[in-house]
Formats: sequence, C-alpha cells, structure tokens
Amino acid sequence: MTDATELATRTRELLAAYPPATTSREDFLKARFDAGLAWVHYPEGLGGLAAPRSLQAVVDAELEAAGAPDNDPRRIGIGLGMAAPTVLAFGTDEQKERFLGPLWRGEEVWCQLFSEPGAGSDLAALGTRAVRDGDDWIVTGQKVWTSNAHNARWAILIARTDPDLPKHRGITYFVCDMTDPGVEVRPLRQITGEAEFNEVFLTDVRIPDAHRLGEVGDGWKVAQTTLMNERVAIGGMRLPREGGMIGPISATWRERPELRTRDLHQRLVKLWIEAEVARLSGERLRQQLVAGHPGPEGSGMKLTFARLNQEISGLEVELLGDEGLLYDDWTMRRPDIVDFVGRDAGYRYLRSKGNSIEGGTSEVLLNIVAERVLGLPSEPRTDKDVAWKDLAR
Amino acid sequence: MSDLLYSETEDELRSAVRSLLTDRCEAAQVIARAETDQPHDHDLWKTLAADMGLAGLLIPESLGGQGATHREVAVVLEELGRFVAPVPYLTSAVIATETLLGCGSAAADELLTALASGRSIGVLALPLSTAPSSSYAEVAEADGKLTGRVGAVADATAADVLLVSTASGLYAVDTTADGVRITPQTPLDLTRPLATVTLESAPGRLVGADASAAVRRGLTAGAALLASEQLGLADWCLTETVAYLKTRKQFNRSVGSFQSLKHRLAELWLETVHARAAARNAADALAAGSDEAPLAAALAQAYCAPVAVHAAEEALQLHGGIGMTWEHPIHLYLKRAKSDSIALGAAGAHQGTVAELVDLQAP
Repeated sequence: MTDATELATRTRELLAAYPPATTSREDFLKARFDAGLAWVHYPEGLGGLAAPRSLQAVVDAELEAAGAPDNDPRRIGIGLGMAAPTVLAFGTDEQKERFLGPLWRGEEVWCQLFSEPGAGSDLAALGTRAVRDGDDWIVTGQKVWTSNAHNARWAILIARTDPDLPKHRGITYFVCDMTDPGVEVRPLRQITGEAEFNEVFLTDVRIPDAHRLGEVGDGWKVAQTTLMNERVAIGGMRLPREGGMIGPISATWRERPELRTRDLHQRLVKLWIEAEVARLSGERLRQQLVAGHPGPEGSGMKLTFARLNQEISGLEVELLGDEGLLYDDWTMRRPDIVDFVGRDAGYRYLRSKGNSIEGGTSEVLLNIVAERVLGLPSEPRTDKDVAWKDLAR
Repeated sequence: MSDLLYSETEDELRSAVRSLLTDRCEAAQVIARAETDQPHDHDLWKTLAADMGLAGLLIPESLGGQGATHREVAVVLEELGRFVAPVPYLTSAVIATETLLGCGSAAADELLTALASGRSIGVLALPLSTAPSSSYAEVAEADGKLTGRVGAVADATAADVLLVSTASGLYAVDTTADGVRITPQTPLDLTRPLATVTLESAPGRLVGADASAAVRRGLTAGAALLASEQLGLADWCLTETVAYLKTRKQFNRSVGSFQSLKHRLAELWLETVHARAAARNAADALAAGSDEAPLAAALAQAYCAPVAVHAAEEALQLHGGIGMTWEHPIHLYLKRAKSDSIALGAAGAHQGTVAELVDLQAP
C-alpha cells in the first residue's frame, strides 16, 4: 500500500522532473496523470496508485505549495464527480483507457443527459429511445437541465432500450458523442435571466455499442453509481462562520443601520442561528467521515441548506427596501461557473429557488430520509410491475 | 474547531446510564410517582449520584469529584432527558455545582465536596426561568441573616442546601435551618418539581463574594447543558413515534407509509441532527473553557429548546388519541419540553444574547 510519505516523495519527484515554472500546463497535467498522482485512489495506469482516497490531500498540498497548475476542477465537475466514477466502475478496459485521461486533464468536458421534461423526480420513467442498429444504437429524445452541454465533448446518457419491461429494467447507459450531427443544444433560460443549463434534442444520434456502459438493461443500476457520487460531492463542503448565504446579509446589516427594523432583526437573528447550527452539523458530518463513521446525516443537509438559502435571500431582498425592488442585470448570459452567493440579493433570491429542486427535490429527499434513515414503509406503488409503455403520462 | 463527536468513554457512560434508567425509570413508574408527595426519585438519585459518582463529574478530584468535563455531563443529561427522570441532576450537579466552582472559596469547596459525594443536594435559589443574561431580584442580607421570597425554584423540595444571591455575595442556607420555608407549587412539569422558597432571617454562610459572576457561570453552564437534555428528550419522541407509526394500521396500511406523516418525521429527524451538533458544540466549548462558551450556550439553547417542544408536540399529534391519555408517557415529555423552553431563559432571551455576541445589533 502507498503511504503518505511515499506519495509526498513521488509528488516532489514529479515537481523536480516537470518544474511548474518552466512546464506548460498541458504537459504538467499529462505528467501528473501518468505518475498516478491525478486521483490517487484510481488504479495504476489510470491516473492513480490504488492508494486510500484520503491521501489525495497529501499530493494536493505539495502541488499547491509548489504553485503547480491544476485541472480547474470546477469547470469539469460533472466529468470528475459523476462520469469518471461510473466509467471506472462499469467501463471496459478500452473505455477507461480512452476516456479517463482526457476527462481528468480537462481536455474533454463532460455533461449529463439524464433528466427529461417528462422524467424529473421520476427519472426512471424517462422516454428517450435507443434502438439497436447493427453495431450501433440510434437514439432519439429530449433531455433537459444539462449544464455544460454547449461545451461538452461527451455526455453520460441513459435511454430506454426496452419499453415492454417495467421502467427500471428497460434502461441502458451510454457515452454519447456531443459532436454527433443529431445532437442539438439550446440554452435554457432561467428565472434569473441567465442560462446555466441547456435543453438537448437528440435526433437519430448514432452511438456505437462500444460506447455502452454496463449491460443492456442495466442502465438504472449504473446510474445509481453516478447519482451516489453526486451526493458524495455535495456532502464534503467546509464553511467558515457566515461562509454561506448568511454572510452578505449579515454584512449589510452591520454596515447599514438605517435599514434595521425590529421585525427584520428578529428574523435575521433566528436565521443566523439556524445557519450557524447547520454549519456545525456539516462540520459534525465531516468529523464523522474523517473518523471513519459516516452517519446518515448527510442525506438531510441539502434540505436544510435549500430552505435556509431561500429564507435568507428572501429576507435580504426585503431588508434592502427600495434597492430590493431593483435587479442587477437581466441580460441572457451563459456562466461557466455558478456561484449561488454571487451577484446581488435579487439574484440570490431567484437562484436559490432552484436549490430545493435540483439534485433531488426536497419532497423526494424527505421520502428518502423517511424510508432509508427512519425505516418507514414506502407508499403503495402502482408502477413497479407495469411495462414502461403502459405507464400513465 | 470543536470536537462534535462522542468519545468511546462517553459512549460507555451513556450505555451505563441508559441501562440503569431502563431498569429503574420506567415510564409507568414515573407517571405514578408524579402525583405522590415524593415526586423526586431519591433511590434513583442515590444510585446515579453516589454509587455511579455522576454528581461529581464537574468537581475536581481534589474535592472528591471525578474531574470530568461538561462533555460527559451532557451525555448523562441526554439520557436523563430521554427518560424524563425525576432527579435533581441539572439543578444540583450542574447549576449549583458550577456556581460554587465560580466562587473559589474554602466554604464553596466544602460544599462542593458534599455535593460530589451525592449525599447533599444543592439548589440555586432563583426562578427556573432565569437566563444567564437576565437580571433577578436579590434576597436581602443583614448580619448573615437572609430575608426574601423566591418562586418557581426547581428541585428546592429535594435540596439540602440553597445557594442564595444577595448584594453582599452568595450565601449557602441549609434547608433545615430556622426561618427557611419551602412550599411546593403545582408545576406544569411534574417531573421537575417547583417550590416557593421563603427566608425570614434565615442563617446563611458566605460562600462567594461576587454572587453575580458565580451565578452567571452556573446559569450559562445550565443553559448550555440543558440543550443536551432537550436533545435526549427530542430523540425519544422521534424514536418512539417512528416505532409506533410502523406498527399502527389504519386504512389497511401502516400509518407510517403515509407521505404527509413521513415528511413530518423526516423534518423532525433533521431537527434532531442539528440539535445534536448545537448541543455537542456547547458542551465542548464549556469543557474547553473556550471564550466562545457564552455564544455556544445561547446558540444551543435558542435552537434546541424549540426543537424539543416541536418533537413532543409532533409525537402527541402523530400518536393520535392515545397520545392524549394520562396513561401514555408522551405528556411527561410535552410538559418537560415546554417547561424546559422557559427554563434558563426562553429562546428570545438567547437570541438576544447571540445577536449581541455576533454584532447583529437591534435597531
């Protein structure tokens, strides 16, 4: 097993052989990947050394201290957080070899084609069809809420390959080439005025069978790996006090005494307390993870952050009075990186409305907590044994 | 950053206390005892305080205590809250003890030694509702004789010694002394009896020159650790209600399969997750002697008090009719939670403290 000392040594060797000051970013990232220091928990030859995931911090600290370039992880979050673990778990050797290097180095951006206009919370009801044609699949349908589709080279895609089976069983998972002529990407403008996401129309898109991940009909199982990794990525944040949405409103309160009223004060202090307690809960969750005892608490944190973001930003708009009547800019833009706390109070208010919908609606998350954490029975289900084509829609 | 987990020692302590309370503090017994003239369970107190040594957790070993910290005390309080145990732990082993620890006098140390052994019960003679930040009426002192009247003093009927705040310092008064009258009141929470303390030229011993600093220290520790009692109480309400809704059948299905009820329980679970973080943070801040202890205490109390009330109210509603009966223990939890929400300052008082400490000034 690779230990911390050995990793630190290997990292310093990499830095000596490819000094960041005189090496191009591309060359450095390539060398880092080849040295197994990209993601140390990945297998050797695929950017890793099969080391414990927690030791990545050792490598990152050495690299940061040396001023080495990184792979701009925020720009390629879907590739790193969702596509890569799925390719690793279900890909063939050829697929892993082909996709993981360019993905990690940011040479190829990835997006995710899961949600559809008719399949949101009930993702397994999706209707995009994939029909076998020789060595290829022909895919037709519509996907929505796709970040980065306009920059992406590849997409992870789930599509229906057998409409005669119950919905969970007739799905297959593919890697879709976003440069295929049948792929049309249109920006999806949101209530904030900007377009973080896209609609993606797929018309007779040809996907070679060699780009299927997992078995035919196993797509739902493969997708669980993707979605589980999405939740892990959300759980790891560490914030300082007033680090989230409560920061800007607290600063405004302190700087502008003329805005203060008794009613606003009571509501602000109550929310400040809730935000601080939520932050402590996140810290407790992190301590549990570090101690090797992850608890079920993570499933609930997103619920709290969604509610607090919405309540705090709503109060902030109200606090600002006349200025709360204004908005900074409605111009349609396509931001590369989304910062929920960025821009002005009106933006925060509108953007945070999405927090209780994206990545699982709060209502669905409450069901998950009730069933998986508390062990309460699920509601009677009418869709389990019905062929997908016979479901109500 | 504070340590928000439970240590192995703390887990072991919890198991020991829980197994004792499971045997000796059954809900039916607690309900039956509540209406007798002995509302405190003195036998249980003797086992907890003296045999297990839990009364002296905060007291240094040099004074016969365990030299442990607020983190362990918090775990004990979680379990006492889970069983609504009618013992004077919060009042004697936390508030009175911490007040005396703030005195630093030989007389205070002597009392601490008595409290550590569990043979003597001490109670701070202030209304249970007094917040660490609030002002309170002091008792008059003249030549060591105390005269005054204080209502809603928790566990006074069980006390051997009262700690009385006067303008000239903190005094200890034996409850058996001449001029001391302790009159039981009818409390909302039958498991934490209240009484009016009347002093008429009662003889007192000076135990601390600066009464207000010592009292503030006692009340701050009380408020911070009451959060753990509230957490234990809320956790019981959640666990009990989840278990009941899994077995209760109506409309040919388990009541716990109805989404409206599941969502309420999931929300409640989330509140207990947050309450645990707040309560642990407060206990750890006290244990570490952190400058942030007053903030952590106010934060925990402002957050956990409403959670405990909400948990008990949800437990009652979701149990339906059975929850409204005297026979079912939920009412003990509701009454304790509601009275705890006033104890050591209502949420509003603690919100005010937080606002001041983090510079969110009122208009």
